Amino acid sequence: MAAYQNIFTSVQVRSPAHIGVPMSEGIGKREGKPFFVHLLGRFGDAQIGPVYLGGTGLASLICGIIAIEIIGLNMWASVGWDPVQFIRQLPWLALEPPRAEYGLKIPPLNEGGWYLIAGFFLTASILLWWVRMYRRARALGMGTHVAWAFAAAIFLYLSFFFQPLLVGRWSEMVPFGIFPHLDWTAAFSIRYGNLYYNPFHMLSIAFLYGATLLFAMHAATILAVSRFGGERELEQITDRGTASERAALFWRWTMGFNATMESIHRWAWWFAVLCPLTGGIGILLTGTVVDNWFLWGVKHGLAPGYPDVFQGVVDPAATMGGAK
Amino acid sequence: MSFRLRVWIVAAVALGVAIAVLRFERPPIDVTQTGYRGLGMEQPVNPRIRAALWEANQIPAPQPPVQPGSPPATSVYQNVKVLGDLDVATFTRLMVAITEWVAPKEEGCNYCHVGADLASDAVYTKVVSRRMIEMTRHINADWKNHVADTGVTCYTCHRGQPVPAEIWFADPGPKTARGAAGSRAGQNAPAMSIALASLPYDPFSAYLLKPGAIRVQGDTALPAGNPHDLPDTERVYAMMMHLSDGLGVNCTFCHNTRSFFSWDASTPQRTTAYHGIQMVRDLNANYLDPLRPAYPPERLGPLGDAPKANCATCHQGVSKPLFGANMLKDYPELAAAGKPLAAVAPPTPAPVVRGEVVIVYFPVASAALHNEAPAVIAVLVEKLKANPQAKATVSGYHSATGDAAANHELAKNRAMSVQAALVAAGIPADRVVLEKPVAEQANIVGESPEARRVEITVK
Repeated sequence: MAAYQNIFTSVQVRSPAHIGVPMSEGIGKREGKPFFVHLLGRFGDAQIGPVYLGGTGLASLICGIIAIEIIGLNMWASVGWDPVQFIRQLPWLALEPPRAEYGLKIPPLNEGGWYLIAGFFLTASILLWWVRMYRRARALGMGTHVAWAFAAAIFLYLSFFFQPLLVGRWSEMVPFGIFPHLDWTAAFSIRYGNLYYNPFHMLSIAFLYGATLLFAMHAATILAVSRFGGERELEQITDRGTASERAALFWRWTMGFNATMESIHRWAWWFAVLCPLTGGIGILLTGTVVDNWFLWGVKHGLAPGYPDVFQGVVDPAATMGGAK
Repeated sequence: MSFRLRVWIVAAVALGVAIAVLRFERPPIDVTQTGYRGLGMEQPVNPRIRAALWEANQIPAPQPPVQPGSPPATSVYQNVKVLGDLDVATFTRLMVAITEWVAPKEEGCNYCHVGADLASDAVYTKVVSRRMIEMTRHINADWKNHVADTGVTCYTCHRGQPVPAEIWFADPGPKTARGAAGSRAGQNAPAMSIALASLPYDPFSAYLLKPGAIRVQGDTALPAGNPHDLPDTERVYAMMMHLSDGLGVNCTFCHNTRSFFSWDASTPQRTTAYHGIQMVRDLNANYLDPLRPAYPPERLGPLGDAPKANCATCHQGVSKPLFGANMLKDYPELAAAGKPLAAVAPPTPAPVVRGEVVIVYFPVASAALHNEAPAVIAVLVEKLKANPQAKATVSGYHSATGDAAANHELAKNRAMSVQAALVAAGIPADRVVLEKPVAEQANIVGESPEARRVEITVK
């Protein structure tokens, strides 16, 4: 037990490979002979395999590879098939969505057509992977919590598809690229008058930081009581031992309240799931029902006023009768 | 820990330190709060970079002033089209200044002129310069809401180079593959002009040549037909990246970033910047772009357009170009067409002793001794009395302005004033020799206080 007091895994328990629990339904076989990787054992289970890919997994991988190929080859073509420039400029390169004048129509391949095709295959890949997750959980007789948490993330991903549909132009969609998608993020906030004043954006940030905080608190607590067998969390739910008692007392002492061995996982799950859910709602409201979140914030008493330290700055276009 | 692991760790740390030292600016950074607290309205300045910028932005010394009253430039030179309102002394002085500001050192006047035929328009640079002088006067006269009374001169952009360091052309973007893939959509190529962002790399054609709609944010909380979309916003963003980088400031120099569009939350600098964008658009559309036919092909852009200006052309990383140095006050002829010159009478320097030579300076068109002259005369008298064999050689000089014959007479009279003073102090007249200068020092800048002098040597 003492070995678990380290913040790194310093002991690797090596037993004969576990080939998995018996399957209740006959929905495919696990493939391959399991093997061990010492390095993986340093931060997880050293055992690899057996694997189950199945129809949905295979289809998901094929769709994902098609999407990445379309994106990558377009990026490579955009530097004139120069391999050196492809590596040098990779962070800048992107596959861009169609321009605004195409609205929701299908554009030529090189003006957003590839983007829509890549987006279709990427979405198909993600949805197929979700089906796989759901069905694997069911096959093992598990709950489907992981699949639904993944679904929350997929909802946020799809919000970036539905918002352009609602606004009526593909050009709102997120480019596939490293820096370009970050510039998109900034441009989206600027165009719609500062997303900080979007209450759902605020909620999303609160859940994002909240989830990381809860994760850190929980992980630290369990590591801290592992010398008392605290890592056997689920057993401690029904058979509360000294590890659980100490962990609970620690939090009651330090902040007056404690979650339980079971409820802390519900806290974490909901915080994590609500982050993309609220974020997605914030995206769907932007440009559809609110055009300028700062002015919306002023209207509803959300954005405070500040003393006017630069007195008398007025729009020169308004005073000179100039055009915008 | 194994030896190999240690080597790897040391190598990784060394690489990290190298990247940190070479790529990032070390603290401390000076931060000035510019707005109400809690709004992030502050300007960070790296004092070490600022010191280097300060060095790079020192202006050249002004050309010596000239005396007004010389004949009009048009009576001396032919084919004077834009500076015909100047007298010839001011005109010549300006030409010397422009040569210093713009022409390559080895070419001088010949960068624009064909040898002795000053009237010739054969060299394209002369045609361009003429239009640039008109543009400079236009900026100083009509765009005071951007350049104020500081104004601009050729040096503001040129900085001693024939082509200003920061110019722009319509940008076709980097080469992409031919065929139906690999469109850059006008962005995603690291361009210096937009501070290496992955934003559209040519925002200038849209906003600094054509009057593109730069205000993409709506002024209503709820949707009310604001037509601007995200690509529009990214183009404006790119323009603002250029503006910010070109001026060495951040967004909050002009904006309260919680609401970029609100004028009532903006700083006064935003008004100046607004006029600046209008000004550059005017200059590009009416002066710079139409000059295209005048240029040889090597001066044109990849799409065959003329070189144009953006914010960095003048600012060059400083919010007030040249840190606000006012060069225009020394060249008021660049301020406005036809504006009469403020007559600045340069003070006459006091007499000096330079080694063996004593120099007495004189006012313009005068042979009267400076009121501090007796002191140096006394020094000369002492020297002559101590060495009875020695003689004083007196040479008179004049400035280049005005009539040559009269100037020779003036120079002689100046020498005779000194001679008279020495004789009055008891030196026999035969020990004071008047000597005509061997060669007159070139004085093409016109009226120079240093030129109006008498040199006395005791030999």
